[in-house]
Amino acid sequence: MIRLNTAALTKAMPQLLSLMLILFLNYLAFPGFFEIRLQDGRLFGSLIDVLNRGAPVIILAIGMTAVIASRGVDLSVGAVMAVSGALAATMTVAGYPLPVVIVAALGTGLACGLWNGILVAYFDLQPIVATLILMVAGRGIAQLITEGSIVTFTEPGLIFFGTGSFAGIPMPILIAVSLLVVAIAVVRRTAIGLLIESIGINRSASSYAGLNSKLLLLVIYGFCGFCASLAGIIIAADIRGADANNAGLWLELDAILAVVVGGTSLFGGRFSILMSALGAVIIQAMNTGILLSGFPPEYNLILKALVIIVILLAQSFSSLGGWAFLKGEFRSKGGKRQ
Amino acid sequence: MNTRLLPLCATLLICLIAYAACVFQFPAMFSTRVAGNLLTDNAFLGIAAVGMTFVILSGGIDLSVGSVIAFTGVLLAVLITHYGVHPLIAFAIALLITTAFGASMGAIIHYLEVPSFIVTLAGMFLARGMCFVMTTDSIPIDHPFYTALQGLFYRLPGGGRLTFIGCLMVLVFLVGIVVAHFSKFGSYIYAVGGNRTSAELMGVPVARTTIGIYAMSGFLSGLAGIVFSLYTSAGYSLAAVGVELDTIAAVVIGGTLLTGGVGYIAGTFIGVIIQGIIQTYIVFDGTLSSWWTKIVVGVLLFSFIALQRILVFLSLKRTTATSGG
Repeated sequence: MIRLNTAALTKAMPQLLSLMLILFLNYLAFPGFFEIRLQDGRLFGSLIDVLNRGAPVIILAIGMTAVIASRGVDLSVGAVMAVSGALAATMTVAGYPLPVVIVAALGTGLACGLWNGILVAYFDLQPIVATLILMVAGRGIAQLITEGSIVTFTEPGLIFFGTGSFAGIPMPILIAVSLLVVAIAVVRRTAIGLLIESIGINRSASSYAGLNSKLLLLVIYGFCGFCASLAGIIIAADIRGADANNAGLWLELDAILAVVVGGTSLFGGRFSILMSALGAVIIQAMNTGILLSGFPPEYNLILKALVIIVILLAQSFSSLGGWAFLKGEFRSKGGKRQ
Repeated sequence: MNTRLLPLCATLLICLIAYAACVFQFPAMFSTRVAGNLLTDNAFLGIAAVGMTFVILSGGIDLSVGSVIAFTGVLLAVLITHYGVHPLIAFAIALLITTAFGASMGAIIHYLEVPSFIVTLAGMFLARGMCFVMTTDSIPIDHPFYTALQGLFYRLPGGGRLTFIGCLMVLVFLVGIVVAHFSKFGSYIYAVGGNRTSAELMGVPVARTTIGIYAMSGFLSGLAGIVFSLYTSAGYSLAAVGVELDTIAAVVIGGTLLTGGVGYIAGTFIGVIIQGIIQTYIVFDGTLSSWWTKIVVGVLLFSFIALQRILVFLSLKRTTATSGG
């Protein structure tokens, strides 16, 4: 369903190469890294673990890609995760049936996203500012829902979303992959992807061309909030509890990082949801690698910082015509920028 | 009246009303004790917020503030407790490192033409990671010089204490006001924040200014870290998580536009005090939980941003009306 031509593969080369390098380093640090075994009807192994742990960030990155492609950013996804996780846990404890809980939690996420979208599209606020409001207030709201305690639950239906498996594949992976497939299909099989790129490149020009950019922005931010609530449910189900303070903490930054690693520019425009998901996998492979090799997990932060700096250098190098310069065919500076 | 002063006036008014309402409910809040504590408890936040105001005035953002505060605290604790370095020398080392750190972020932002958001995000990860590399424990600082600085206060009538760090914050604000409004560098910052291209065409040294702004933010974050370590007498790698959000909130509540070019340092001071008042009120009330701070700050953020949008909208309307278009 995705046209994988050679040009796309060449474009994805840096990310694929770095993923392979990280996986190889992981293999050196932990020889059993590539082993996958079937146990109790569920797949186990470090590779599966990378995908399983990476699923929430993959889901966040899918929504974040759309937002960043529209030349925005959503800082509130971590807080929205906390809110929907808190709501799901509290409602489960209060005895609501599972479908109601899921619909309520996803609906809350959608509402949070729409709120951001209204601020960005109709109030014309900068996305950073608009989503900052919910980032600050969101955790407070989550605390309000859980009344300050960590709400734990034992309802098997909800836990299934975090630790269950279907046909041997853990649920988080299944959810993330289905969302990925649906999102790519919607974005690339309809005109929506093109329209998102268009408002990301020039919003007022798109509006003049007859595009209802306000409605589209509203939909994009709503979708991002929806993704955040999905990730929030998975994380809450995984730890069988909702921690309003720590659920999804700093995950907004991981999601943005995943999108940037995937090659989508922070200045909006051309984007690839699949590459963002790949970026999220790369980040998780780094996380897992550091844990497996016995380094303290805190080294992760330094590694992430270095990755950002290297990517920035590479992007700036190519946008200033560095590669062409090296090839000896230095043309004009403009034109090369996308 | 100048519409640019309106957000500042609104902030001041809300601050006074909030304080009056608090005093009405808890008369004990009208005391020099509370006022002194407001300054002491928010000293590190205020100092970092001055740096953030300059960054936001220039149209950028600095997400590394909280991590740099924690980094400074841990560095001081390691230097003083583990290596027996005199605090004054440790302060100098810390300020040197944080200033250089800020300056290099500024250089990357300017020369690589990348958004400040992502560069300072990397800086945030790097500084927090460096904390963990130094130590993951909470290290106490027990040095006679610290005790002397902590014991340094002026007793106000009514039992309030004007502490050293509280005074330091006020001093930083005063210097910030002078730099912003009465120096060449300050007018460069406003020019770059208003419109970078036209500032460059007017001959403003944009490179020097940008690097200077982030170096100053780094320096002030380092100073905030020193104050924080004086306040807590310890260095801990997980300290000051999310302080960057509090400072950004203080700056926005203080009436500075996040698009850059418009705002006052004095407004930030009021923004910090408003956050302090909310916290004090919660302490006085005793039944409310601290998460209400976040919600109230969120609501305030929203109201101020909405107010700013309305003002910008009105002033745009007026300019088009007067220019006849």
